Amino acid sequence: MSNIAATHGVEAPVTTEINGWKSDMMRRRVARRYAAERRFRFLGFFAVALSGGFLAVLLGTMLYQGIGGFTQTEIRLTVDFPSIAAGLTPEALSGKGAEDAMAALDLESLASASATATLGEDGPSLLSDGAWLSLRTALQDDPSLITRKAEVWVPASVDIDQAAKGADEPEADRQLAALKAKDRVQTGISMTFLSASDSTDPTVVGIWGAFKGTLLTMAITALLAFPIGMLSAVYLEEYAPRNRWTDLIEVSINNLAAVPSIIFGLLGLAVFLNFFNMPRSAPIVGGLTLALMTMPVIVIASRNAIKAVPPSIRDAALAMGASPVQVVFHHVLPLAMPGVLTGAIIGMARALGETAPLIMIGMRAFISSPPTSFTEPATVLPVQIFLWSDEVSRGFVEKTSAAIIVLLAFLMTMNATAIYLRNHFERRW
Amino acid sequence: MQETAITASLKMTARDVNVFYGEKQAIKNVSIDVDKDNVTAFIGPSGCGKSTFLRTLNRMNDTVAGCRVAGAIELDGEDIYASGMDVVLLRARVGMVFQKPNPFPKSIYENVAYGPRIHGLAENKSAMDHIVEKSLQRAGLWNEVKDRLHESGTALSGGQQQRLCIARAIAVDPEVILMDEPCSALDPIATAKIEELITELRGRFAIVIVTHNMQQAARISQRTAFFHLGELIEYGGTADIFTNPREPRTQDYITGRYG
Repeated sequence: MSNIAATHGVEAPVTTEINGWKSDMMRRRVARRYAAERRFRFLGFFAVALSGGFLAVLLGTMLYQGIGGFTQTEIRLTVDFPSIAAGLTPEALSGKGAEDAMAALDLESLASASATATLGEDGPSLLSDGAWLSLRTALQDDPSLITRKAEVWVPASVDIDQAAKGADEPEADRQLAALKAKDRVQTGISMTFLSASDSTDPTVVGIWGAFKGTLLTMAITALLAFPIGMLSAVYLEEYAPRNRWTDLIEVSINNLAAVPSIIFGLLGLAVFLNFFNMPRSAPIVGGLTLALMTMPVIVIASRNAIKAVPPSIRDAALAMGASPVQVVFHHVLPLAMPGVLTGAIIGMARALGETAPLIMIGMRAFISSPPTSFTEPATVLPVQIFLWSDEVSRGFVEKTSAAIIVLLAFLMTMNATAIYLRNHFERRW
Repeated sequence: MQETAITASLKMTARDVNVFYGEKQAIKNVSIDVDKDNVTAFIGPSGCGKSTFLRTLNRMNDTVAGCRVAGAIELDGEDIYASGMDVVLLRARVGMVFQKPNPFPKSIYENVAYGPRIHGLAENKSAMDHIVEKSLQRAGLWNEVKDRLHESGTALSGGQQQRLCIARAIAVDPEVILMDEPCSALDPIATAKIEELITELRGRFAIVIVTHNMQQAARISQRTAFFHLGELIEYGGTADIFTNPREPRTQDYITGRYG
């Protein structure tokens, strides 16, 4: 009887009660539940592994392709400086008037003449277009060179550089082999990429200009978006009356957070450039535009963080006779700060990677010197990456990847700082 | 003649107080006097308005959207709802202890020092140290925490947290202390300590306590008010209310027929 009952458990509840927990049916049900559990856990693990894998592939590719961007092939030239000296003394090249004296020197001709003398007929074609810049740097570092012949390392042409880094091109490979035979070539880590700015020649191109542009733009964004966003959240959460207008404002803020970034670029173009006549391509305009884009994100995150502060803390402070401002600044904001900072991180990270709105306000211009103020033309890292990825010259491929590495490193540093700050605020209590 | 005798020790008076939450009336025509030297207990079933009424006494209801108070509530003869009344100073004079212990997530010292600091009661560090020590001693917590004043107040046990909240409230030397079911989240031993503390504090502060626990009201209070459905049913000496209630509804409640 009990066996029958167990197999038709539902129809015979009385007997399942006696024998049910050990019946086959119950065992099968339990086994099914465990199987479902295992399946689900496996799926979760699979999803994490997959996303981890994608990330690893992405970072791996970038590192593999970009690492070459930080190295540079150089050729050793024997340079006959006195041939163009025309009576210049080392003293004339240091101190006052050095700039003008330097500008008067025809270093470009000297570079190609030296290349011809050192490397033969096709010598000049082996050098980068910016090779003469190395001669200038050498002279600036040691003006006494003007009185003698000297060995100077200058960047090699794109083809030689690529050949040295493993590209398969018969002509360049042959030239490289010849250079190697004369012991006049080396590939090493070069600071040029981190210290130079944009150029049409990939061998002398650098990220510093775009990096500095990003720094200036982000400074404006952070200085505007963070305090304004946080204080707006405080006002809306703590002071604003609940009525149709505040509802409307809330809906608008939520909508703004979802507006495509290029729209903010158009807004920046119309308002800051056309109406206020601010300078094109300037970090201040970029920063303002990105601040507009970031603010809604910070407001929403801050409001949620403020909302999550337990009302009992507010009550406690109010009952002690704290004024509403004291309640906010002594209790609510410090407790909400980790959440506010998280929102700020997310917003700033988004702004850091933004390209479209900055293109709209002219930050895609070719800018070969790093900006020194908020109003000078500048570009930013993501726009620089976009511009380089569009270049025809093969040397730009690795430079693009290298720039991505710099951008990611910047992003990670920024996030790490913010996470440190967040933990610091959390630990304070 | 008896009227004057009571007035002499009166701290707060409420006359015809009505409280509305939007359209809903939570308190109906309540008139009550709070003695300076006695513990006054508010008892009544859940939702009878006793906590709402308590919160009108230091205007904590101001923070509730849509809450409206009509009638007169006076502290030492001063209308606390008058436009000239500074609510910040009122709350310093009428302190409050809440149902759930709610110390600030700061150190024990900072919890007690917060009130004196915002009201500028201590001129220097040593004066503040003195206030903190005195308040913790009065709250019966000093011996337990004197070696760890700079540890977080939230790391204490529930009963200790509640005594910390009482120390925080008395640190600004208020005239009245309102307690909103201060023991409902505590175990019996912690409750006994708080009750003992309330008895010790009696006389120094006027104390008003809301409680669900009728035995507690009987043990610690001298005056008891019974609320039901937003009305004050009966108010009198605790002994009278519990042994000889005038109203049948009070009788029914204290004998456990509803609640």
